[in-house]
Amino acid sequence: MIVEGRAWKFGDHVDTDLIIPARYLNVSDKKTLAGHCFEDLRPDFALGVRQGDILVAGVNFGCGSSREHAPWAIKAAGVGAVVAKSFARIFYRSAFNIGLPILESEEASQQIVEGDALQLDFETGEIMERHGEKRFLARPVPQFMRSIIEAGGLVAYVKKAQGQGLKA
Amino acid sequence: MPMTITEKILAEHADVDSVNPGDLIQVDVDLALANDITAPMAIEVFEDLGTEDVFDREKIAMIQDHFVPNKDIQSAEQVKIMRTFVLEHGIRHFFELGETGIEHVILPERGLISPGDLVIGADSHTCTYGAMGAFSTGVGSTDLGVIMATGKTWLKVPGSIRVVFEGKLPRWVGGKDLILHTLGILGVSGAVYQSLEFAGEGIAQLSMAHRFTMANMAVEAGAKNGIFEPDDITRRYVEGRCERPGSFYRSDPDASYERVIPIQLDSLEPQVAFPHSPDNVRPLSAVKPIRLDQVFLGSCTNGRLDDLREAASVIKGQKVAKGTRFIVIPGSPAIYRKAMKEGILETFMEAGAVIGPPCCGPCLGGHMGILASGEKALSTSNRNFKGRMGHSESEVYLANPSVAAASAVLGRIGSPAEI
Repeated sequence: MIVEGRAWKFGDHVDTDLIIPARYLNVSDKKTLAGHCFEDLRPDFALGVRQGDILVAGVNFGCGSSREHAPWAIKAAGVGAVVAKSFARIFYRSAFNIGLPILESEEASQQIVEGDALQLDFETGEIMERHGEKRFLARPVPQFMRSIIEAGGLVAYVKKAQGQGLKA
Repeated sequence: MPMTITEKILAEHADVDSVNPGDLIQVDVDLALANDITAPMAIEVFEDLGTEDVFDREKIAMIQDHFVPNKDIQSAEQVKIMRTFVLEHGIRHFFELGETGIEHVILPERGLISPGDLVIGADSHTCTYGAMGAFSTGVGSTDLGVIMATGKTWLKVPGSIRVVFEGKLPRWVGGKDLILHTLGILGVSGAVYQSLEFAGEGIAQLSMAHRFTMANMAVEAGAKNGIFEPDDITRRYVEGRCERPGSFYRSDPDASYERVIPIQLDSLEPQVAFPHSPDNVRPLSAVKPIRLDQVFLGSCTNGRLDDLREAASVIKGQKVAKGTRFIVIPGSPAIYRKAMKEGILETFMEAGAVIGPPCCGPCLGGHMGILASGEKALSTSNRNFKGRMGHSESEVYLANPSVAAASAVLGRIGSPAEI
């Protein structure tokens, strides 16, 4: 799976209230949530984000509440992947569950700058800046977890496995 | 093999003799819960899976607490989705208005959690039940939807950090201050993927309310769970209350910990977390006068009877400062009624507070008591992220219930000793 897009840079400890404020948690519609993604932190995000763009953040991305509305808002906004130094525990799980590719790389997080044109290979974990020499290798993701992302999330993965006669 | 209490509960639920930190295990879930924000998405996942029945209608709780009584059409639609699902599948633990309260307050109160349980909730503060010596943690809605179908989930066994409290609790210092001080040491990512185990003679006399407060905020350090070894105080709390007797686990004396943090209580002051992070803590004496527009007493962190009693003892006979709003929200109908009978609500109203119905209230900035731009609030809740209680240019300070009551009277952050 190859993701191509521009980098949107974020700092450390980006919490789920910043990703999607609680005032919008009275809906579950993903497109509606996407329209308010990062509304208080980066009001230019929801309108400016393009399909495939990549978020690049610091430590503990997605900390705070368990709201799956947060990874969904990011995914439904068109974001192709999130790269961070590290992720909060619940966000990490939920990202895989809903099929949002995420990778951990300290170097990429430090050296990528806002607007860098990036190419990310989810299978090899390689993150590349397309016009320069920046190249990073993210921490490897186990095959079965990559399969969940490639299937489009846990539900699709389980259904696919059931369709193939495997026990979910 | 020596194990921690967390490892013992996980091993038991994975049906293995022992587990090690880092092990990936599949576990049976004793109780799965979701609320009016997370349940609709979990229900969507459950229905998408195509499973006909839930794994056990006795082991699922659906709690309406975040936006109730419903604040608008959308939140009413969310609860309607829950209610329809509950009826269709015969889910036993669903509470209508009048019975409902904050999930992490009413589930223990109604005896639905027992020591030694494994509880998974689509809410990050599910870690609260560690106060009873249960393993409990938060997940997203997809994980919960799958659990509703299968009764199982996978977990990575966390390493443990043991926080040992020594000495005696000074006056006006309680569970909230102990956990805020711990957060100041650990930082908001200091325990990511770890278990926080609270121990030591300093907390041996802590009431369950204070323990719930501490376990509740373990997630604020990124922890997977927070836990206490159950003791006689736990036993008194569960006797005659819990549906199941439960198992009282203790950590082995030679269990291994990734880190041990000793904390001396004798000189500890009430703590205040400054904007915009729960780990940005200072002792109360180091806080310069900060004028407050609003004070909130309540939430899954500090909405229990002991919390209300403490705050009432400070505010009794006093008046809320002009220009400051004081919002009090008891965590459950049972707490509300006891507070009414004890005259606590009268005390608050006499002082000029407004009392809300049991719910999450303004804690997450969605309902009842939202902050305008530039406003400052002191809250007994658990998070003070930017914009948490309203406008992104508002500020939230976190503190214990007695500091909250004193601050409401003073109109600025201050100490109960000043009243």
